[in-house]
Formats: sequence, structure tokens, C-alpha cells
Amino acid sequence: MMGVINSLFILAILIIVPVIGIEVYDWQSTFAVYIPYAAAGIFLLGMLYRMYKWGRSFVPFQVPTTCGQQKSLPWIKNNELENPSGTRGVIGRMFLEIFLFRSLFRNQRFELEEDRKRLRFDGTYMLWLAGMVFHWSLLIIIIRHTRLFMEPTINVVNLIRDVDALPHVLFSVLYITDVVIVVALTFLLLRRILSPQMKYISLLSDYFAVALITGVAMSGILMRWFWRVDLVYVKELAMSFLRFDPDTANLDAIGLAFYVHIFLLSALLIYFPFSKMVHMGGGISQSNQEYGEYK
Amino acid sequence: MGEEVASPEELIEVEYKPKKQDLMVPSPEFRHGTWSYTASVKRMEHLGLPHPHEWQPTDADWKLPQNWKEIVLKGMEERLNKYRSLRVFLDICVRCGACADKCHYYIGSGDPKNMPVARTELMRSVYRRYFTTAGKIFGSAVGARDLTEDVIKEWFYYYYQCTECRRCSVFCPYGIDTCEITMLGRELLNLIGININWIVEPASNCLRTGNHLGIPPHALVDTVEFAVDEVEDLTGIKIEVPLNKKGAEILFVTPSADYFAQPHWFTFMGYLMLFHELGLDYTMSTYASEGGNFGLFHSYETIKRLNAKIYAEARRLGVKWILGGECGHMWRVIHQYMDTLNGPADFLEVPKSPITGTVFENAKATKMTHIAEFTSDLIYNNKLKLDPSRNDHWRVTYHDSCNTARGMGIFEEPRYILNKVCNYYFDMPENTIKEKTFCCGSGSGLGTDENLEMRLRGGLPRANAVKYVHEENGVNMMTCMCAIDKANFPTLLNYWSPGVETGGVHEMLANALVMKGEKERESDVRGNPMNSKAVEEQE
Repeated sequence: MMGVINSLFILAILIIVPVIGIEVYDWQSTFAVYIPYAAAGIFLLGMLYRMYKWGRSFVPFQVPTTCGQQKSLPWIKNNELENPSGTRGVIGRMFLEIFLFRSLFRNQRFELEEDRKRLRFDGTYMLWLAGMVFHWSLLIIIIRHTRLFMEPTINVVNLIRDVDALPHVLFSVLYITDVVIVVALTFLLLRRILSPQMKYISLLSDYFAVALITGVAMSGILMRWFWRVDLVYVKELAMSFLRFDPDTANLDAIGLAFYVHIFLLSALLIYFPFSKMVHMGGGISQSNQEYGEYK
Repeated sequence: MGEEVASPEELIEVEYKPKKQDLMVPSPEFRHGTWSYTASVKRMEHLGLPHPHEWQPTDADWKLPQNWKEIVLKGMEERLNKYRSLRVFLDICVRCGACADKCHYYIGSGDPKNMPVARTELMRSVYRRYFTTAGKIFGSAVGARDLTEDVIKEWFYYYYQCTECRRCSVFCPYGIDTCEITMLGRELLNLIGININWIVEPASNCLRTGNHLGIPPHALVDTVEFAVDEVEDLTGIKIEVPLNKKGAEILFVTPSADYFAQPHWFTFMGYLMLFHELGLDYTMSTYASEGGNFGLFHSYETIKRLNAKIYAEARRLGVKWILGGECGHMWRVIHQYMDTLNGPADFLEVPKSPITGTVFENAKATKMTHIAEFTSDLIYNNKLKLDPSRNDHWRVTYHDSCNTARGMGIFEEPRYILNKVCNYYFDMPENTIKEKTFCCGSGSGLGTDENLEMRLRGGLPRANAVKYVHEENGVNMMTCMCAIDKANFPTLLNYWSPGVETGGVHEMLANALVMKGEKERESDVRGNPMNSKAVEEQE
């Protein structure tokens, strides 16, 4: 429990900082321009450095954990996706792992049947589902946000946004991904707190990561639902941001919620390369299951 | 040796809710039956291992070298640069918990630090403290901890409570391999003179005599003669077993337990009978008399040194390729390490079966083929006369050994053989076999008598699955292709699932093999009575 409380405490501080910065000190430029630039820089450099460090270490042995039947005799069917014997299998396996979380799909849980003292192993899919929903929602939300940085916006992105916006028929502010990402994050957090095994292995940084991402998501959602901001000014700012010529003319007119959202996002970007979230790069650069079997 | 262990009914009552103790607090408890004796100074000196000294885990002071902390941290830094996998694995774990309940030691003991994620955190916490910015600044908030002597003790306890079976990495989304962490953990402990005798002594023996048991060549010759006599008693045929024959086509290497231990012995007879029946031009070597490699259980250096003899012998005898017997970790070493460590074997040819002409393409790099591939190929091409009814008194199941399952993927070959030589074959439940197979609990050098309680606990999931097919299908024989398995399972099954024997795939083959000129077989390889209709029909 301490981990949850402490991370919420830190999150609270991270919310109060921009509130004070804007309401009390009027530091719009700092929060809208300087901090985001610094955060983006730290994120990019941090990730590049991390991947450079990984790349510089050697890979002396090819020791994949194989699953599935190997390729041996011609009359035995090998499992190309589980135990790749060539590049195509490797790519197939990587695709399944990155986009469909293949390994989590094989997850099992066990229980001991009291009467006959038998260990039962059954498939369990909630972690897979929550992981998929969270990561895919995150991806779609990020894709949607690219519309802020481009004019005219790309058709594919518009299409994704339109599908995501289907609930607008009923509620003009509701995106599918907004709802499901919060549900998934809540599930993942509850799982961490309620399972004794998960609680044992979770560190402050684990709870904090969930709290921070939830903070970013919630502040974004609240911006759409309650504390509407002027999107035109935001988009002007965003596009000028990319040009490295920030347009600070209308910063006063953008609501407080925006600054909170951007500050939390900046905190996340700064925190990213120093935390476990580097699994974004790590999962691709080395996965023990992705090496082809034979040279 | 069994008096100290509780009864099965008691041992199976495992408490899975972790006790209050924090993950970061070192808390090793060296209870009787949960650890193995430490390496003897003499053996360590023979292998040239650093800081040989007398100590036991139950001592308060482990007499580590003065600068042990510096040695370990420097060792870590070296390995972080040498092995990308180590660095990546320590960085990307997200503590999703998918691996947590997959380890047989966790299932058998409920000790939360046996959860693979926790086992890795033991090392990762030290990595964070000394090698990452966040760890240096924020300390325990990000899960970093200082390297103290208690941490070393904890490392010893838990890295010698992992059999490097890699079941956990099957379920991890990134394939984080706790086996590699354990191997590197053991290497680091090695640097300060901490290891166990059951790994050091066989490695030292192997370096001296070519096999783990320290058997000199003439003793090997004796044992082979004994096997020849037994085969003659059984079949009426006097076979010849070439030893150190120069210019033979194939070098056959098998774990030394096969010629000295039970039930491996019956599998050994099976090989000899098979090779004779085929008229195979092969030889065994009294110098490369060990397929297994206990170097795998303590350092990469040692793996390389011990494995070199196989290629050296192959070169000396001038063979064309190498055939390997039923051994588990031998295959992982051959398949995954040998090419980089000792190879390339450009003085050998790609294995080609002289009987069927099949070329074993998958052995292109190492020039070494698994006997299950070899034999299943023979059976598929109808080169053997078999009478499966001779095995009717056995109801058979097959245990996928860790390394053949997760280091190669050799599933169908042995099952094919078993289905052809037995009439009654049953697989264990799907979630406990093939790549999800459960370790026997005694791998990577943990199969000692003093470690009995942990072995029985670790073997619980596997033995439970055997018990299932025993109760449901009347299975009374469990076959496997690993020498450590064969050594461990009789004890394990006797405890958890009595009534099931342990044997080898080629033992079943030996029973069913109808040899040219054999007399009527009255008993199987173990001396159990059996019928042999085929011979009657021949006459």
C-alpha cells in the first residue's frame, strides 16, 4: 500500500507545480515551451543512449528459448513461428510478439485440487487482454494526437480518429480509447495491489509509472469533458513547436488544464529513459525468442 | 537419506501467500535439505578457480576475500559489456508477473524469491544501485540496494535453487531468461570462491579423465565388456563395441551416467544393440567419454574447456561426424554454444545417415546429431524390425527434458520412436509438456542428497503430472532423454508417485528390436518377463 500512496503523493505534487506556476506566477512560456522542449530532448537522447549501450554489448551466443518443434527431419512438421529456422519465421514471431503479445497469450495459472491433490494448469487471458488494450489504446491516442502537429491532417489518422469517435453519436466528448485505457490501467493497478505475488514484487517505480500515465490520460480526458481549452491556439503552439519557433502569442488564452496535461506528459518523458518503460526499445532489440535457430 | 524429509502429504501443503518480508531484504535461510555442500579446495585448485577456501553456508563468516565487493562489481561490469542479454534483461523487466508462478521451485516451495522475477531482482537491485543513474540517486525507491555479504548469501541460496530450465522465459513477453541471470550469478559467485562441490568435482574429473565420474579408460573398457556380456545373456548375440577406433565413420558420445548408473544402463544396452543391428561403423572414445558438461553450471570458460575434448577426439580419430546419446544439457551446449565456443568443426562433415542416406541439415554447423533424430529416421524408413508387443507390460509416457525441449525443440522425434516401439503410449497433460515441460527439480548440479527437500519440492509439478497419467491411464513407465532426469526420477517418483519406473527411449527400443539371429527373448532389458511373438513367427 505504501507504494500506491507514495506514488499518488508524488503525482499530486506534479499536478500542483503547474497549477502554482500558472495561477500564481504566470510562467506560461516555461510550462508550454521550455519544459516540453527539455522533456522531449531528454526522452530522445535518453532512449538513444540506452539503445546505444545495449548495442555496444556483445552477443556471444545464440541461445534462444525455443518453443515448438524444431526443424529436423523432412517428414516432421516444424513450428516455424515458435521455433524459427529462417528469417521469415523470425519476422513472423516478432510481429506476433510486438503486435499481439503472443507470449502473454500462453499464460497459465495453477491451483491445487484439494481432494485429489492434483495440480491443475489452466490458460488465463486477463493479463494479455489488459496489456493489449492498454498498449493499443495508447498507440491510438498518440496517433490521434499527431493531428495537432500537422495541417492538413493525414487521411489514415483521420480515419482512426473517426472510428475512435463513434461514441460521439451519444456523447460528443467520448472516445473509445479514453474509456478503455482508463479501465485497463485501473485493472493493471488493482491487479498489482490485490495479488499477493504482484504486491511482493512491485516497487514504488511500478506504481508511480501507472499513476503518472493515468494522470496524463485523465488530465487529457478532463480537458475534453470539462475544462475545455481552445484547440486552435493549442494547435498553433504545437505546430510552431515542431518548427522550433514557438508561438507564444496566445498562451494566456489556453486553459490551466492544458498546462497540467503538458507538464505531466513532460514528467513522463523525462522519467521514461530511466525507468522500466525502456522496454519499448528493449523488446525489439533483444528478445530471447526471436533469434532464428540455424545459421 | 530420506528420514529427514516430511511425508508427501505434508510437503504438498505449500503456502503461496508471501510472508511479510520485503523483496529487498536479504533473508536466506539455510535449512537442512535446501542447500548443497560447498566445493572442495583440492578440486577448485585443479580447475584453477579463484579463492579456494574452506567454508559452509551455515557459517556466519564465509571468509570471502578482502576485496570481494570490488571483485563482484567489476565482474558485473565486465559481464554487462560482454553479454547484451544481461544488460537488456536487467533493464526491461516490467514486473508484469507472467513468469511468477511458472517456476517449479516456486510451485513446490511457495518461497516468493523463487518467482523468476524476484530471483532476477536479487541481481537487478544491485545493478540499479551501482550502474544506473536512477538507482544511484533514488536508492530503494526505485528498487536499488547495496551489495552486502547478506546479499551474497542470498545469491548463493537462490542461484543454486534455479535449475536453469528456462520455463520462465517461455512466458515472459520479452523472453527474459532467468537461466542466463543464474549462470552469470554463479559466475560472479565463482569469482569470490563460492560454488558447490557437485558442480566443481565433476568438472574437475572431466578435465582429468574425460568424464564426470573420473572413470579412467580401462574402467570404461571393463564396463563395456560387462554390457556386451549382458546383451549376450539377453539376446544370444555377442556384439562388438569399438573403442577409440581410428577412421570410424561416426563418433558416439553419451553421458557417462549411461555406462554406470541405473536406469541409464538399460538405455546403454539399447544403443549397443541398435548399432550392432545396423552394422554401424562407429566408435566410442575413452577420452571423450562424457557428453554432459557440468561446466554449463558454473561458467562459460569451463563449458568451453570441457567441450573441447569432443571435437579434439573427433579430429584425432578421424571420424566423419558425431552422434550424441540421450543427454539433456549436452544438447543445449552442442546446439547453442558449441559452434561459437569451440567450433567451427570444419574437419567434420554434415551428418548423413549411412543406413538411410538422410542428410541431417539441421546439424550443418555443429556436425553432431541427436540419437532420437537418427533413430526416428531409421524407423520412418523401415530399416528396423520391431515388435511393439514386447513392451506390452509397459504403459509408457514421455517427459520432455528442459534442454531438449527449450534449447532445441525436439518433441516429435522421441514420441515417434515410442509410438512405434510400444503399444501403450500416453502423453501427460498438455500444459506440462513440450515447451511448457516442468524440470525434474535436480538439474544444473542441484541433484545432491543433501538438497533432497528442495529437489522433491522442485519436482512436485512434474511428478504430479506423472501421477495423473498413472492414475488415469495406468502409466507405469516414464521415459526421458536426459541423464540427470534418469538419475533423479526414481527418487522423485518413489516419493510423489510410486508405481512408475524411469527409463530411456532407447531402452524401449531395445526391448522391441528384433535382431538378426537372436534367441527367443525371455525378458526385457531389466529382467522383467516378456513375450516375444515375433521370434516364434520367424521360425
